Amino acid sequence: MKVILTQLAHARSGDKGDTANVGLIALREEWYPLLAREVTAARVKGHFGAICKGEVERFELPNLGALNFLLHESLGGGGTLSLMTDAQGKTFSTALLRMEIDVADEEASRLGLS
Amino acid sequence: MKEKIRIAAGQGFWGDLPDAPVRQVQGGALDYLMLDYLAEVTMSIMQKQKARDPNAGYARDFVPLMKQILPACVERDIKVVANAGGVNVPGCATAVRNVAQELGLGGKVKIGIVTGDDILDRIDDLLNRGVELRNLDTDEPLATVRDRIQSANAYLGAAPIVEALNRGANVVITGRSTDTGLTLGPMIHEFGWAADDWDKLSSGTIAGHIIECGAQCSGGNCQYEWQSIPDLADVGFPIAEASPDGTFVITKHEGTGGRVNVPSIKEQLLYEMGDPHAYITPDCVADFTTIRLADDGRDRVRVCGIKGRPATDSLKVSISFSAGFKAVGTLVYAWPDAYAKAKAADQILRSRLDRLGLKFDQVLTEFVGANATHGPLAGEPSPDLAEVQLRVGVRGDDRAAIERFTKEIAPLVLTGPPAVTGFAGGRPKVEEIVAYWPALIPKSEIVSHVEVLET
Repeated sequence: MKVILTQLAHARSGDKGDTANVGLIALREEWYPLLAREVTAARVKGHFGAICKGEVERFELPNLGALNFLLHESLGGGGTLSLMTDAQGKTFSTALLRMEIDVADEEASRLGLS
Repeated sequence: MKEKIRIAAGQGFWGDLPDAPVRQVQGGALDYLMLDYLAEVTMSIMQKQKARDPNAGYARDFVPLMKQILPACVERDIKVVANAGGVNVPGCATAVRNVAQELGLGGKVKIGIVTGDDILDRIDDLLNRGVELRNLDTDEPLATVRDRIQSANAYLGAAPIVEALNRGANVVITGRSTDTGLTLGPMIHEFGWAADDWDKLSSGTIAGHIIECGAQCSGGNCQYEWQSIPDLADVGFPIAEASPDGTFVITKHEGTGGRVNVPSIKEQLLYEMGDPHAYITPDCVADFTTIRLADDGRDRVRVCGIKGRPATDSLKVSISFSAGFKAVGTLVYAWPDAYAKAKAADQILRSRLDRLGLKFDQVLTEFVGANATHGPLAGEPSPDLAEVQLRVGVRGDDRAAIERFTKEIAPLVLTGPPAVTGFAGGRPKVEEIVAYWPALIPKSEIVSHVEVLET
């Protein structure tokens, strides 16, 4: 079954120059391994498509049940240079929460998702 | 040694809630009030103000604020640590001293002044000696923008703040100090942590990271169950309750709004994060993957387990330079076909800009209400949208071209698609772009200076 990340995680994002960071935090600790397995750097790069012109880096924080993504070249130059409404990438957090992942029915039921 | 100290955050940026520091002081027990006024480009704004008026160049709001809170701070021995000094720390300190004297607090206030961060006058010397100050993101040498530099400041750490406090300052004013140093400094001063006790220095640094954005860790901008966060109108700003062993609790004054819980702290920990294994400051390299969080009662989160590593040999430098001009124009289109009308207006506008032969480095169109935040991820908007704001921005080096663009927005009202409004603000303003150039400098090049001003 398809599960949208808003059901699994909360998030906050910010900027470092022309790079947006998105922190993705599991709503329940037991959901973190699923996020760590499915929400890869490549999947996030694909999800953001043309919005993210550079690479996506991913870091794991199992102690917080969280992943941190760096989306390089995503903010139209960043800071004061950018013409974007969201020049600081503040809404990239909820943009990532739109992503859907595939979860096997058995696992979804074990994790209380279905 | 005190068993714990309470460090309160009162400002997350220059422009945060003006009454927040007052409420922190009035709201309950405190030992320190930390105020962070500086963002990346704030220094260049202050540099411009100082160029017009040699007495300006600092966060002016800080002075009337001190007038409000200084009597209570002296009475209850609450020390204030603020990077309000901007590019004119002595000017800021003099203004605060005058306030202390006006309030009859002469002799009771010692103002610590931290300088040495401003390297604007040393740029040529540094470049001539081979300190290239290459851009951390693009690796270009600073020489490429030498003639356009407006401000240059190294980030100082906690050490000079500690020195000022050790010398008896009860108000410490710095220029470009790290946000985290404003919180770590009081901990080192109170608990006597060694300069190589990397775990404790990292703990204090992470406490600083959590509270430096004010209410963003106590309910503000919090995604987690945001609808049930109580009384954000009266949101309580955070307080770090620190212990000598480096553990700390994040909390807020009783009876205030907002919420401090594990999810709200996690969100702030991840805010503006790079590599979580290496959060680099002048004081240490903190490892966010070692942080342990635990509920410690209502609106209390205990933080422990933090590991850190030795600081690096460099300091970050924040340089601002002039990088052309930009302008952004908006119009609002109403139902029916709001999105289609806004798109048609954008096409008409672009044709006219082309016909005028105007060249820009970038033209960006957003349809606010449809895709300005999530872009193509938002999908095709409903054909029944009640309204859409057309927002067109241009950027380039040629000021005249940007000026000409600003004259093409309002005419769309009479010469484009119907049911359009939202032009009451007049023509868009042309803004000079002050861009940000991050670089590293060897620590040996920067000598901080501490002075204590008696009142």
